[in-house]
Amino acid sequence: MGEITLQIDGKEVKASEGMTILEAAQSAGIYIPTLCHHEKLEPYGACRICTVEVETRGRTRLVASCLYPVEQGLVVRTRSEKIDRIRRVILELLLAHAPDSFILEDLAKEYGADRDRYEKEASFCILCGLCVRYCAEVKKKNAIGFVDRGIRREIAFIPEIAAKECWNCKECFPLCPTEYLQAAYVLTEALNPSHNVQD
Amino acid sequence: MPRINSPAELEEYRKELLSKTASDKPTIAICSGTGCNASGSNEVAATLEEELEKQGLSGHVEIRRTGCHGFCERGPIVVIHPEGICYFQVEPKDVPEIVSKTIKDKEIIERLVYTDPITGEKIFYESEIPFYKNQVRLLLGSNAKIDPKSIDDYLAIGGYSALPKALVQMTPEQVLEEVKKSNLRGRGGGGFPTGRKWEESRKSPDPIKYVIVNADEGDPGAYMDRSLLEGNPHSVLEGLIIGGYAVGAHEGFIYVRQEYPLAVENVNLAIRMAEEYGFLGKDILGSGFDFTVKVHQGAGAFVSGESSALMTAIEGRVGEPRPKYIHTAVKGLWGKPSVLNNVETWANVPLIINNGAEWFAQYGTEGSKGTKSFSLVGKINNTGLVEVPMGMPLKDIIFKIGGGIRGGKKFKAVQTGGPSGGCLPDELLDLGVDFDELTKAGSMMGSGGMIVMDEDTCMVDVARYFIEFLTDESCGKCVPCREGMRQMLKILTDITKGKGKEGDIERLEELAEVLSEASLCALGRSAPNPFLTTLRYFRDEYEAHIKEKRCPALSCKELIAYYIDPEKCQACMICSRKCPAGAIVGGKNQIHVIDQEKCTKCGTCYEVCPPRFKAVKKISGEPVPEPIPEEARTIVRKRSKKNG
Repeated sequence: MGEITLQIDGKEVKASEGMTILEAAQSAGIYIPTLCHHEKLEPYGACRICTVEVETRGRTRLVASCLYPVEQGLVVRTRSEKIDRIRRVILELLLAHAPDSFILEDLAKEYGADRDRYEKEASFCILCGLCVRYCAEVKKKNAIGFVDRGIRREIAFIPEIAAKECWNCKECFPLCPTEYLQAAYVLTEALNPSHNVQD
Repeated sequence: MPRINSPAELEEYRKELLSKTASDKPTIAICSGTGCNASGSNEVAATLEEELEKQGLSGHVEIRRTGCHGFCERGPIVVIHPEGICYFQVEPKDVPEIVSKTIKDKEIIERLVYTDPITGEKIFYESEIPFYKNQVRLLLGSNAKIDPKSIDDYLAIGGYSALPKALVQMTPEQVLEEVKKSNLRGRGGGGFPTGRKWEESRKSPDPIKYVIVNADEGDPGAYMDRSLLEGNPHSVLEGLIIGGYAVGAHEGFIYVRQEYPLAVENVNLAIRMAEEYGFLGKDILGSGFDFTVKVHQGAGAFVSGESSALMTAIEGRVGEPRPKYIHTAVKGLWGKPSVLNNVETWANVPLIINNGAEWFAQYGTEGSKGTKSFSLVGKINNTGLVEVPMGMPLKDIIFKIGGGIRGGKKFKAVQTGGPSGGCLPDELLDLGVDFDELTKAGSMMGSGGMIVMDEDTCMVDVARYFIEFLTDESCGKCVPCREGMRQMLKILTDITKGKGKEGDIERLEELAEVLSEASLCALGRSAPNPFLTTLRYFRDEYEAHIKEKRCPALSCKELIAYYIDPEKCQACMICSRKCPAGAIVGGKNQIHVIDQEKCTKCGTCYEVCPPRFKAVKKISGEPVPEPIPEEARTIVRKRSKKNG
C-alpha cells in the first residue's frame, strides 16, 4: 500500500492507497457528517450528507467522501457555502420524515436546517439502509431488505427469516438514526403468526 | 450452412448470394417495424401472399418483411422495387389492385402515394418525399432493404465486410485508432468519446474484459434503438464484435428491454445465425479471435439504462447505480473493465471501419461527427424516425422533415433528451442539433427523443410530467434523487393545481441544485433539466400559475373553466346532450349555461360546439362571467318561410 498525501481543509493529510476521503479525514481528526456510513459496512453513498468538494487537475466538483478514493495531491474542502447549502437541504428533506430524530436535530442546528420547510411524510424511515446492510453484510441473515423503488422504496422484514433470527439479535436497532426500525420490527412481530406459534 | 472460415470464403459466399438474386425481379418490401405492425402490416403481408398466388405470380415476386422505414405516421408502408414506388397507409383491400396494376402493369395507384400537404403534388418515390429527402440515413437506411431475420440479406447489402477487414487486415490498436480518429461520441446520451472509452478499457491490465450493448431505451416517446435492433440487428452485432476485438474482450452482452419482444427475438436469431456462419465463436474468419455474445433481458426499470445499474442488473442483482469514481471502463461488470455503448453507437462502428474515419467525419459538426437518429413525436405532422447529420437546425428537423405542427397550431417548444433533457423554445429553432449546442442550451442529446409541443401545452405541466416519471423510475437509493424529486413533484403539482405559493420557484431551484450536484448517478443529476429549462425559457408561465392562478396554455384543469358565450350560443343542444356530467342547463331555444359546480372540465362541450358557433370558451385566471338571467335565455328566432 503506497502512501498518499492529500490536503483536507488546508491541512496536509497522509493516507494509504485505497482509502476513501472520509477515512483519511477521520484518521486526521477532521469531521465530516455521515448518516448511512458504518465502519463495519461497505460504503454505500446514499445519504450524500458527506458530500465534499474536491479539486483534481484544476477541476472542482462535489463527491461523496465515503466513496471517493484518495489520490496523491488531491485538494479537499469539507465546508463551503455550497456544501453547507446542500447539506441543509438534504437535512430538511430527511426532517420531513423524521422531525424528532436526535441525530438529524443535531445536524440541523449545525447547518441551519428548518424542519418544517417541506411537507411532512408518513414514514420515519430515511432509507439509510444501515439495518439492511448490517443484516446482510455482518450477520449474513438478510432478514430485512428493501422493497419497491423510487419514492415507494421502503424497508421490510422478511417474516420467515425475521421470525427465526431477529428475536435474539436486534443488533440493527441501535443503528437506526430515526428509531423507525423498532416500530417496523414490532409491527412485523405482531403480524407474524409463525412467531406466535413458536412461542 | 457450412461455417465460413476465412475472408476469402466470405467473399465467395457473398458473390454467390448476389448472383442468385436477379436485380430486375420485383420485390415488395413491407415495413414490419413495431409502428407498422400496430397499424396492420401483418394483415397486408398475408393478403399479399394470397393475392400473388391468386394472380399466378408466386415465385415471380419476392416479398420482404423489413424493419422500420421511419415514416410511422403513414404506416403500413409498402415499397415496390426495383422502381422504389412507395405506398402509404396500405390496407388489405388495396392489395389486389397493387398486384394487378403496379406489379403486373407497372401502373401507379395515385390514391396510395404520398401527397404533399402544401402543394398537393403526388410523390411516387421514397427518395423524393420531403420526409426522407432531407435526411441522411446512414444507419436507418438499411432497415428498408433487408429482412432482419435473414443474415443473407445483410450480407447481400455488404454486411459483415467490416468484420474481416478489422479482424484480419487491422490490429486491435489500428481499429481503436480509427474509431478515435472518427470522433464518434456515445449515442446513448452523454456523448462521451467512444474511442477514449475503448482505450481506457484496453489499457486496463485485467485480461478479462467485456463489451456491452445498451438497448435499455426507456425515454418516453423514444424508439430509435428499438427500430435499429429490430430492423438491422446484425449491424449492431458486427459493431460489437469489432469493438470486442479492439478492446480485447472475448465476451459481449446485449442488454435489451423485455418490453421490446421483436428486438429480443431478432437479436437472438441474429446471434444464432452469426454463430452458424462463424462470425461468432472460436477463431472468427480464421483470425484467431474468439468472441461470444449473450442477451440479457431487462426487467422494466428505466434506471437500468444507467451504465453501472445495467451492469449490476446483468450480474443478477437489483439494477441500482454504483458510484463511478472509477469508470466502468476500468471496473465494470463483475469488477472487470467493461465497455458499454448504446445500440446506435455500435451500429456506427462497421461504417467507420468500412469507409474510414475521414468519411465519417465529413458528416456533422466540429465536435459531433456523423449522423444522429431521433424519434420525432408529439404534436407534429410527420411522426416517425429520422436520421440527420449532426448540426442540422432544429427548425429543419421539425418543419422540413417533420412537416410542421399538427392542425395548423403554433410551435411552442421541443423537448430533447427525454427526462434528462430540456425544452427549447422557438427562439432556439435555429440551433444546430449536436451534443455541445444542446448542452449549452440547457438540454441534452440524450438517446434522441424529440417531442414537439404546440401552443396548447403547459410548460409547468411538462416539467411536472417528467419529474413524475422519474419519481417512479428512480431507484430510490440516494436522498437527493428520491426525496428531492418527491418534494419537487409535490410543489409542481401544487402549482398546476392553482395551489402555488410565493417562494415555490426558489424552493424548486434549491432542490434542483441539490439533485444536480449531489445525486449518486446521472438519472438524479440530470433530472432537474426539464424543470430548469422550462423555468429558463418559460418563467412567465410559472409566474402566471403561481401569482394569477392562470394557465396561459389553458391546459391545467384546475385553473381553467368552460363558459358558453350567450351572444354566440344558438341553443343547438349538442353540448348539453354530450356533457357526461349533465352540467349544461338549457333546452330548445334556451341559451345554454354551464353549471360550474357540476362541470368536470372534460372539454367535451368545447370540442363538440359547432365551429360556426364557437360559443364555448376556455378561460383561465379570470372569474367566470355570471350566467345571464333565466328570463333572458330564450332565443327568438325569425320564423322560416317553411313554417310560416
